[in-house]
Parts: sequence; structure tokens; C-alpha cells
Amino acid sequence: MDLFEYQGKQLFASYDIPVSPGDVATTVDDAVAAAEAIGDYPVVVKAQVQVGGRGKAGGIKLADTVDEVRTHAEAILGMDIKGHTVERVWIEKASDIAEEYYASFTLDRSAKTHLGMLSAQGGVEIEAVAETDPDAIAKIWVDPVDGLTEEVARGWVAAAKLDDAATEGAVDILQKLYRAYVDGDADLVEINPLILTPEGKVHALDAKVTLDANAGFRHDLFEYEATQERDAREQAAHDKGLQYVGLDGTVGVIANGAGLAMSTVDIINQVGGSPANFLDIGGGANADVMAGALEVITGDEKVRSIFINIFGGITKGDEVANGIVAALERVDIDVPMVIRLDGTNAEEGREILSAHTSEKVLTKPTMLEAAEAAVELAK
Amino acid sequence: MSIFVDETTKVIYQGLTGSQGRFYGLRNRDYGTQVVAGTNPKKAGTDVEGIPIYASVAEAKEATGATASCVFIPAPGVKGAVMEAAEAGLELVVVITEGVPAQDEAWFFNKVRRDHPGTRILGPNCPGVISPGKANIGITAGEIAKEGGPVGIVSRSGTLTYQALYELKLADIGVTTCVGIGGDPVPGTSFIDCLEAFEADPETKAVMMIGEIGGSAEEEAAEFIKAEMSKPVAAYVAGVTAPPGKKMGHAGAIVSGGKGTAAAKIEALEDAGVRVGQNPTEAGAHMVDIVASL
Repeated sequence: MDLFEYQGKQLFASYDIPVSPGDVATTVDDAVAAAEAIGDYPVVVKAQVQVGGRGKAGGIKLADTVDEVRTHAEAILGMDIKGHTVERVWIEKASDIAEEYYASFTLDRSAKTHLGMLSAQGGVEIEAVAETDPDAIAKIWVDPVDGLTEEVARGWVAAAKLDDAATEGAVDILQKLYRAYVDGDADLVEINPLILTPEGKVHALDAKVTLDANAGFRHDLFEYEATQERDAREQAAHDKGLQYVGLDGTVGVIANGAGLAMSTVDIINQVGGSPANFLDIGGGANADVMAGALEVITGDEKVRSIFINIFGGITKGDEVANGIVAALERVDIDVPMVIRLDGTNAEEGREILSAHTSEKVLTKPTMLEAAEAAVELAK
Repeated sequence: MSIFVDETTKVIYQGLTGSQGRFYGLRNRDYGTQVVAGTNPKKAGTDVEGIPIYASVAEAKEATGATASCVFIPAPGVKGAVMEAAEAGLELVVVITEGVPAQDEAWFFNKVRRDHPGTRILGPNCPGVISPGKANIGITAGEIAKEGGPVGIVSRSGTLTYQALYELKLADIGVTTCVGIGGDPVPGTSFIDCLEAFEADPETKAVMMIGEIGGSAEEEAAEFIKAEMSKPVAAYVAGVTAPPGKKMGHAGAIVSGGKGTAAAKIEALEDAGVRVGQNPTEAGAHMVDIVASL
């Protein structure tokens, strides 16, 4: 899950990574109070959204006076940035910047180890640097078993050609950032820019952190969870524990397993239809899960037909069928539904369903035939 | 022949006393797999329908001569379970559990590779491995796989693995081994590991590969196929129409910044001479053609 900048900075601060003093605010008055608490102008008013490009959108403003804080906070709170409404601003003391760098850790799937990237060209889109001047990014691969030693960090900083004045601060921050990445169970930690001040201090001016929700058993993610920015359909699905991605079409999709769900989306497109969503009910789906999935799908007004594509492995066909039957009783479904069921206990499942088939509830023997039927019914 | 498992494979189920472990452990035994033991430190000395439970993998291995393990332990315990199996010297550890933290996965992959090179990890978050008629370790429904070869299957996605088996069975084509490698960020066994093993297996005459968007594993597999494989390959890549930037369930299935798209993967595979289907059924049809021409 993606964190807001302020949450990322709070996480960084808990690992002793230096960040600018500041506070988060959801109202103009609180933003002013936060600035007054810092008490040292100028301050920066920064929109908190889980999407990039807020600077260009006017979501980051410098304020020299308390009145300017008020003006900027009024403008930024409620602003729309790429479909995300700004509900929070982060107010922090403005920093004098001598140099801007870039630092990050993420998992390199190919190398199967952690990848650290460090560049003296920070403050800009790192993807652009990677394309135009790849040598400007110093990369290291850190074996998870070994971790990042000071010696390796030092060599890495030297390779990135940071200014001499930044060396000690950077070596220290990078080791702490690696700790935050591993112990914090992050998929990504990124500081852009990591800055060097004229006084020779190095600190994190921004924070981008993506946490691995699978590690929730080790951390209290409740507060982060509560602030995830999702659209209404995605939130409804999430509340029911379903893997859901909203799309723009008319055929609702329910499948078990990410691969099959993706493939179902593909095949609907290929036979001339348009999927309304990707919905993976996951493994071991029971009646409640299936009913919940149907509730989410039928809550989408664009949906004109539903394609339920189940291939049982860990998911059992009879449980899915019972779920569908229970859902039909619980959920008011006024669009036709096409079901394809195979795999573990599929025969038992088909038997259960056969008593409930009608003009609105069809079963088809193959994925392709079911997709064609669902697309036809959506027309 | 088969790869990774056969009728002599003796398997321990770590988590046999849990509901999922019990269901699939017993089902795998019914299939004919040698399920020789389960482990649970609190239930040592008991049994699950005649399958003895030991306190540790080492004890179970000592008592039964087991060579493989199937892990049905909840995600928080997977790191420990994998290390226990590797330290006991098992040759194959199949991890069915989904939702294992990526940091754990990266750690035990590297730890096992370094300290226990004789141990192969399959998964996590994989459906397991089935060599039809010989052994079924994991959650694949055995009846959808026809035995006797000549096709080997390797897949990143569980349900699409079943779909591939099913397409072939409908066409009356048998399978040597079907390996689900799982869709997580650091799979213990890669496409290339499986392709290499299938290339070396005399009974496998052709390979069906199921990939998906995200990462670069399919591109790397394509390079391997081009350089090293003499056997024909048919493939399907899921997520052709997935919107960029959206995470489609699997940690692996996300397209970011134009990298890891299905189009790029399909191009790389086709460039390596692989026949790529637009959907699983079409990929199955390609394999039917390939088998007919063998």
C-alpha cells in the first residue's frame, strides 16, 4: 500500500533518518497552526496525494508569511490532482538546498536481491535520468542475507559521485533507509530529493514508501489502511477482502485466481466485449465471499451481464456453487449471469447449479463460450 | 520420465493437521502420491488418517526417508518452515501458502541458495507440481491431468495451470510434469529452471508456458528458449488487455512505465520461435498442432 509523504516521513523519522520538522493538516486553520508551531518562515505547503506530479499541478507552494500559508492551504486543500482530491497538506520548514540527489531501495525480481539506486541527479523524474543518462545512477544489489554494510554503502556513495560534503550524511542515511525498507516490510522506499544543505547537512526532503500488505501480521497498518485512496467500487470490494480493479466496460468479471481473472478480462476484450472490472475471489472462496463479490459487481451501474469463471484448485466447485445460490437469495441481481465451472468438485458444483439455472443464470462448458455468451448478453 | 517429482518421491506435509493441509494432503495421497508424514510440534505422535505426525521435519525425514515437503503453513510461519525443511536436507520444498511477505521470500530464497544448494524451493503462492499418474504435490485437481506425456507445462498462475492441463486433456494430450511456479516476486523455481529440466527430460517433447504481465521473467525465458532449447514451445501471456499501473492480484502482475507489458513478452517469445496464443484455448490449440507434428 502507498503511503502519503507525511506517513513516509514519520516512518523515516522512526529510523532516525533526518526529515524537515513539520505537521499534517486537514483544514486551513490547522495548516496555519502547524506553520505557526514551526515558527520559522518560509514554510512549504505540500499536497498529500498518493499519486505523482503534484508539484506540476500546483500542489506544492512556498509561504513566507502566515497569510501566505492560509492562501496556499485554501487553494491546495480540495484541489484535484489526477483524480485524487487533496484532503491533507503537510507543512514543513523550508530548506535551503545546495544539491539534490535521489536514493531508493526496491526488490529486483530478476536478480532476486534488493536493488539500491543512488544518483547525484535528484529532484527530477528519475525515469528520465535512467533513459537519457543511465550512468548517472549508481546501482548496488544487496543480498538480503548480508544486508547493507557501511563499507558497501561508502563505496556506493563514492560511485554515485555525490559531493564530498554529503558523503558522511549519505552513508548514514542509506544504511538507515535500508533498515526502514527491510524491517518496515516495504516494497519501495524512495527519497527524491535527498538534499545537501549549504551547511553540509543531508536530509530527506520527500518520502515515497510502498508497504507490503502481506506483512501486516508484523506491523500495525491500520492507520495506513484507513488512508488508502480508492474509488468507491474498489473500497467496497476491499472491505469484503476481494482483489478488485475497476475498469470501464459492461461485463462484470468474477474469477478465482489472479491469472484466470486477468485471462477472463483478456478474453472478454477479444470476443468484442468490454470488462467492467477485474475481480479475483482468491483461494478457498466460500458462499460469503461469492455473495460479497456479486454485491460489489451489481453495485456497478454499468454492468449489463456477469461472467463467473471458476477453475477449482484450492477453491472447491461445490462451495462456489453454494455461494452463487446463496448470493442469488441475498443479492438482488437483475442482470444475466453466465457461469463456467471446472476443476476440484466441479461436478458437484454443476449439480448444485443445475437446479437454479434460468434465463438469467446460464452455465457454459468452456471459457470461450461463456465469454461469448456474457458479451452477447451485455449488448 | 518427469521433472522434480516421480512415483518414488516421499513427501512430508508441513501443516497436515490444518484444514487445508489435511484436505490436500489426503487428496494427494488418494491420487497415489507417497505422503509419508506430517509435522506439528504440538501433535507429534498422533496421525492424520494413518499419516504419522512428527515434531519436526528432521524427525520426519529420519523416520520415513522423505525427500520432499509441501508447506501448508500460514504466511507468518513460512520463512521458518522453509528453513526447517532446507536444514533437514530435503530436496524439494513446495510452498502453497499465499501472502508471504516479499522480504521473507527474498531472504529465504537467497539463504537456501547459498547454504543449502541441494534444496529446490517451488513457490511460494504456487499450486504445486503434478507428474500425472506418479505424484501430485499441492492443490491441482489430479483428474484434469492426463498421464503419459509428451508435454511439459510451466506456469506462473495457478488457475491458468489448471486451464492449460484441461485444454490438453480435452485434446487427449498427456503431460510429463506440470509445474506451477507461482506469481510472487521471488519464486523459488523460475521458468528457466523448468525449461532447462524439460529440455533434459527425454519424455518431454514439447513445452507449454503460461506467463503474465509484470517483471521480466518471460523475456528471460524467451532468451533461454532461443539459445538453449531444441524442443518446441507454445505459450500464453495473461494480461494482454490489463490497464497500466494497476495491480492485478499477483504481486507480479503489474505493468509500470511500459515495462513488463504482455506485448513485450509476446514479442520476445515469438522472436524465440514460440507460438503464442491470444487466450489459453488458442495456446492449447497451438500445442495440439505441435504435438501432431512431433
